[in-house]
Amino acid sequence: MTDHKAWPLYEIFLRSRNGLSHKHVGSLHAPDAEMAIANARDAYTRRGEGVSIWAVPSASIIASDPSDKATMYEPALDKGYRHATYYDIPEEVKNM
Amino acid sequence: MAQLSAADTEALIAYSTRIGDDALILSHRLAEMCAHAPELEEDIALTNIALDLIGQTRVLYSYAAELENKGRDEDKIAFLREERDYRNLLLLEQPNEDFAHVIARQFLFSAMSLPFFEALASSTDDTLRGVAEKAVKEVRYHLSHAAQWVIRLGDGTAESHARMQAAIDALWMYTGEMFVMDDIDRRLLALGIGVDLDSLRPAFNDAVGNVLDDATLTRPADGWMASGGRSGRHTEYMGFILTELQYMQRTYPDMTW
Repeated sequence: MTDHKAWPLYEIFLRSRNGLSHKHVGSLHAPDAEMAIANARDAYTRRGEGVSIWAVPSASIIASDPSDKATMYEPALDKGYRHATYYDIPEEVKNM
Repeated sequence: MAQLSAADTEALIAYSTRIGDDALILSHRLAEMCAHAPELEEDIALTNIALDLIGQTRVLYSYAAELENKGRDEDKIAFLREERDYRNLLLLEQPNEDFAHVIARQFLFSAMSLPFFEALASSTDDTLRGVAEKAVKEVRYHLSHAAQWVIRLGDGTAESHARMQAAIDALWMYTGEMFVMDDIDRRLLALGIGVDLDSLRPAFNDAVGNVLDDATLTRPADGWMASGGRSGRHTEYMGFILTELQYMQRTYPDMTW
């Protein structure tokens, strides 16, 4: 604990109810994974938000680069046939 | 529950008040750490613990006020008593000194408090049982949080080890008081309301022994033990706590937020 900057950053994921997947709720610093869970309990679950916590070292997350947005995501926009809404639904099909 | 005699009711009022005093004074000490903990995350943790303790205090004081039926309420009990009327354990009024002291004080108290509330959860008194059932869950976390830190500081750097050991050593002489039975304890134990404090020792010893071992710390020898809090004789720190705690209510009587 001598070096203040030594506390790594953790990303916190909460499962709000059984059956749902864990959702990212924020991040926090902790000296280790166990304390990350404890800190997450105090910072993110005090109002009954969840039934399970995941703490993931932020350094373990490989993220896409925002500047690659065009290459990564835009091609989908001009290919309407990739979306379900592109197709006409026959009258007979009431609910989809 | 059977109707209590006047003397039994007096004892129950005193009992509720002093368990509440323990929680209030420790809560105040933790609140002093707000914005002073080593990290923002720890700030949140300590103030969360302080809030749990305030919650316990409120129910206990309100219950004492209700039994007493003299027109006092939880605020009057919290803010308008003299130093001698507070019956908290001396351990809890000890100053924060450094983070190790904050953690050591929390750890030693929680190690007694958890088995205390576990035992109180079978009280024949409905209110105390209710308080205890809720407190057990809270205090289990307080103990775990403090224990985690004792281990990390004790088994950390040379400096953190030395400071954690120093804090445990300094506060050890205040632990004896936690297990001393007085007339109020004995009377309420006989009624099935109170807790046999002596029976808490094995759980306390286990928790302390295991955690100090993991932390590579040495358990201090049981030497002379300070006491007096339960009879209203406090350390020199108590007056300063009350000065701050009671300032608003004394300056602006009957003020509300």
